[in-house]
Amino acid sequence: MSAHDVAVPAAVEGDGARPSGRTYGVLLAVLVGVILVAPYFLYPVFLMKVLCFALFASALNLLLGYGGLLSFGHAAFFGFASYISAHAAKVWGLPPELAILSGTAAATVLGAVFGALAIRRQGIYFAMITLALAQLIYFVSLQSEFTGGEDGIQSVPRGVLFGVLPLTDDRTLYYVVATIFLAGFLLIFRIIHSPFGQVLRAIRDNEPRAISLGYRTVQYKLATFVISAGIAGLAGATKALVFQLASLTDVHWSMSGEVVLMTLVGGMGTIFGPAVGAIVVVSMQNYLATLGAWVPIVQGIVFVVCVLLFREGIIGVLSRWTKRPL
Amino acid sequence: MGIRTWLLATTFAIGAMGAAEAQVAVKLGVLNDRSGVYADLSGEGSVVAAQLAVEDFKAKEKGIDVSIISADHQNKPDIGSNIARQWYDRDGVDVILDVPTSSVALAVSQITREKNKILINSGAGATDLTGKQCSPNTIHWTYDTYALGYGTGTALVKRGGDTWFFLTADYAFGHALERDTAEVVKKAGGKVLGQVRHPFPGSDFSSFLLQAQASQAKVIGLANAGGDTINAIKQASEFGIVAGGQTLAGLLVFLSDVHALGLEAAQGLVLTEAFYWDQNDGTRAWSERFAARHGGSKPTMVHAGVYAGTLHYLKAVEALKSKDTKAVLEWMRANPSEDPLFGKGEIRVDGRHVHDMYLFEVKKPSESKGPWDYYNQLSVIPAAEAFRPLDAGGCELVKKS
Amino acid sequence: MSELLGVPSQVLFGQLLLGLINGSFYAVLSLGLAIIFGLLNIINFAHGAQYMMGAFVAWMLLQYAGVGYWWALLAAPVVVGITGVVIERLLLARLRNADHLYGLLLTFGLALIIQGIFRNEYGVSGLPYGIPPELAGGRNLGFMFLPNYRAWVVLASLTLCLATWFVIERTRLGAYLRAATENPTLVQAFGINVPLLVTLTYGFGVALAAFAGVLAAPIYSVNPNMGADMIIVVFAVVVIGGMGSILGSIVTGFALGIVEGLTKVFYPEASSTVIFVIMILVLLVKPAGLFGRAA
Repeated sequence: MSAHDVAVPAAVEGDGARPSGRTYGVLLAVLVGVILVAPYFLYPVFLMKVLCFALFASALNLLLGYGGLLSFGHAAFFGFASYISAHAAKVWGLPPELAILSGTAAATVLGAVFGALAIRRQGIYFAMITLALAQLIYFVSLQSEFTGGEDGIQSVPRGVLFGVLPLTDDRTLYYVVATIFLAGFLLIFRIIHSPFGQVLRAIRDNEPRAISLGYRTVQYKLATFVISAGIAGLAGATKALVFQLASLTDVHWSMSGEVVLMTLVGGMGTIFGPAVGAIVVVSMQNYLATLGAWVPIVQGIVFVVCVLLFREGIIGVLSRWTKRPL
Repeated sequence: MGIRTWLLATTFAIGAMGAAEAQVAVKLGVLNDRSGVYADLSGEGSVVAAQLAVEDFKAKEKGIDVSIISADHQNKPDIGSNIARQWYDRDGVDVILDVPTSSVALAVSQITREKNKILINSGAGATDLTGKQCSPNTIHWTYDTYALGYGTGTALVKRGGDTWFFLTADYAFGHALERDTAEVVKKAGGKVLGQVRHPFPGSDFSSFLLQAQASQAKVIGLANAGGDTINAIKQASEFGIVAGGQTLAGLLVFLSDVHALGLEAAQGLVLTEAFYWDQNDGTRAWSERFAARHGGSKPTMVHAGVYAGTLHYLKAVEALKSKDTKAVLEWMRANPSEDPLFGKGEIRVDGRHVHDMYLFEVKKPSESKGPWDYYNQLSVIPAAEAFRPLDAGGCELVKKS
Repeated sequence: MSELLGVPSQVLFGQLLLGLINGSFYAVLSLGLAIIFGLLNIINFAHGAQYMMGAFVAWMLLQYAGVGYWWALLAAPVVVGITGVVIERLLLARLRNADHLYGLLLTFGLALIIQGIFRNEYGVSGLPYGIPPELAGGRNLGFMFLPNYRAWVVLASLTLCLATWFVIERTRLGAYLRAATENPTLVQAFGINVPLLVTLTYGFGVALAAFAGVLAAPIYSVNPNMGADMIIVVFAVVVIGGMGSILGSIVTGFALGIVEGLTKVFYPEASSTVIFVIMILVLLVKPAGLFGRAA
């Protein structure tokens, strides 16, 4: 077993199991339906938080589940994008669509730089390097002027989308965030099922073989890293507008750990897993908040249990039962 | 909506007919750090303080039905603002109390203004709460960094500590604390010999302390907070800095920090606080009751501020027989406050509550009679000069009036 | 007074010495990580938490049993080492055939649990732990005042590092260990109990972290978060060193402590980031690290 592969639920790789268009079609329709009606039952701000993290975890999953690379520094992209987006909206006075775009662009550039550095090493080293690089971003965010240090960037205006749609109302903003989430989610879905995604999985499963087939594996991995960073940035930039705040929490290494937890709980290398994981983890934080300091302990226990007993994650197990890749 | 208004109207009507006094239900939310570095100086103790205020006020007998909830903001602005939003939107909270940590306090202050509710802040030190980011809905009760820097800075210069060196946490809060104190020191005729910025949070201060020692300044100002301050003081005692004749000035140190440090390491430290449990019979009696409910710990000034702020708010509700935000805030600003812990005080138009501040020196281990007997009072800083002048903060509410 | 780059050489010497003291902690911690990585092939994310446990056990021994510093220096690593053995046997051993990344995730979860429990129990304000009376005070070296305790920290960690190096490189036990690192199946075939060796190695690595924790207790406040921030810096140290050799991890630890110390004089604002910047430079020039073998 080479050092850089990640065990992935068997069913997903199942020999005959082709991705069935109908299963996905039905599931996507269900997803859209749930997203549409959810704000009538639950607090919209909470739902928007879930959507942002679901997109963030899906972005990490593209790299971890399909590229076999564990990044322990994804908070850097998420948090840095949220700073840029908040700064763009508040100080430069950009409309929300441009603020989110500039945050995403910044995360993509940062992803290219970090990727170029980290991609030189694999496996555990890769994880440690991404972690250390992210910590560098944390210190920069803590000290530099424009991030507001401890205070973060506060009272970020939500603005008027495309100059016509004011986003101050939670419900309106919710549907905008839902659209962003679906766009990002479908993009990841497309990438995974494109020829590029096929090659990526081939590299994950056996890199020497992929090299011998003539693929420039480093370039594939780097491209995946950059895309993943960009989408993580999209999630972070959106979150800044939802909460009207960009803060150090989003660049701290515990955030990187949290998003790995979401992916692990939901199921690495499954399409819907990270989103499910995000729902589980964010709800846990929300409803266990009264337990205060017990939250990290519960998270730690979930981590340990998942690694020992439940490596496929929720969707991974479902996928095995239904014998369908999900 | 229609039904609710109708129900409310009937309740009021019945209340007015049935009892001599109208029933008002208010919900207080104590939002602070319950697990982090500020958990000891605020935390559960602030909930106890709020409960004591409700009991002492005899709210029930006066027709005010008070419920108190609490939550942990973990010193993170995102978590704090999220809870504040939910409390106002869903849980019907009328007043948020305490909120230490400047970043969270500023975020909650903005949300409170947006939702037109009330924030009575005790735990945070940010002068911006009553300065550039002041809000009609925010009252800042206990202290701020200006008051601490002013008290400690002026007093030490007067006592001969006229050369200063700052050990500053390298982020916005540390810089502000250093800047404000340095101005005060210069105004009082002192000189700032230099400063060194240490990473935040830091664990090893030896190198910076060495630079402070080499500067030969008479006073080393610690422009940092929480664990950083504790570590810096501890290591300063290791390097024999106080023994070598230099004075340490803690610019943000609380009774709970001194308790954690122990007198051996903290002795000789000079600091400013708004309240100390062992000041007079009133404070001693209240602190006794507080300690009985809170595992024997004496209250900090933040706890005292939560108590006094809650009391003043309840007085407003009683006088107005309503919890209408605007009216309550106007009443609280228009009427002076009085309670056994802070004595007399008043709330300025910018939301700053002004009262006397006190300069303390931490006792030597030999002087202390037992646990929590930590401070010698050096002087009283009268309310009129303890806080930043009204016109110097850049608060928009001041310009209007 | 002679000057170097505008800084009095006396101050410079002082800072170099202080850097060496910080480097001692980096060295002991990265040594423990390297030993564990060598045999188990996992990065022990709980290392910082175990360092913290060392300090806490020392504090508890004093508080509840009246056991002083010197016995704690011996007992705390043993106690924490035993918890390490239990963790290895109960949890890590189950991952032997899984990908190494799962080891990282598992220990990350453990770190959250351990830190969370201590935070719940003791808060985060930090608990006082005094310097042992034998080492109180200090001496004036002419260029700086050196507390005796700090001198002891350097001495103790250097001795420990060198002794560990000697055991691994020069004794029969060390030979087994090195052989098992290269080819566990073959060593097992020679009749050596490799699983036991693995368990004890993890326990020893953890004990090293706890030892560093006891050393740190009198200087830094005993605080549940004391290891969390430390460990990421130590990760960077490990990436720079490359974990190829035991000696490499020791040298890198001390060297980076000194570099950090110098940064505090010339550009204090960057002292928390300098190690990460060095890491980037090393990665550009030598991706396998200074002492590492190419992957």
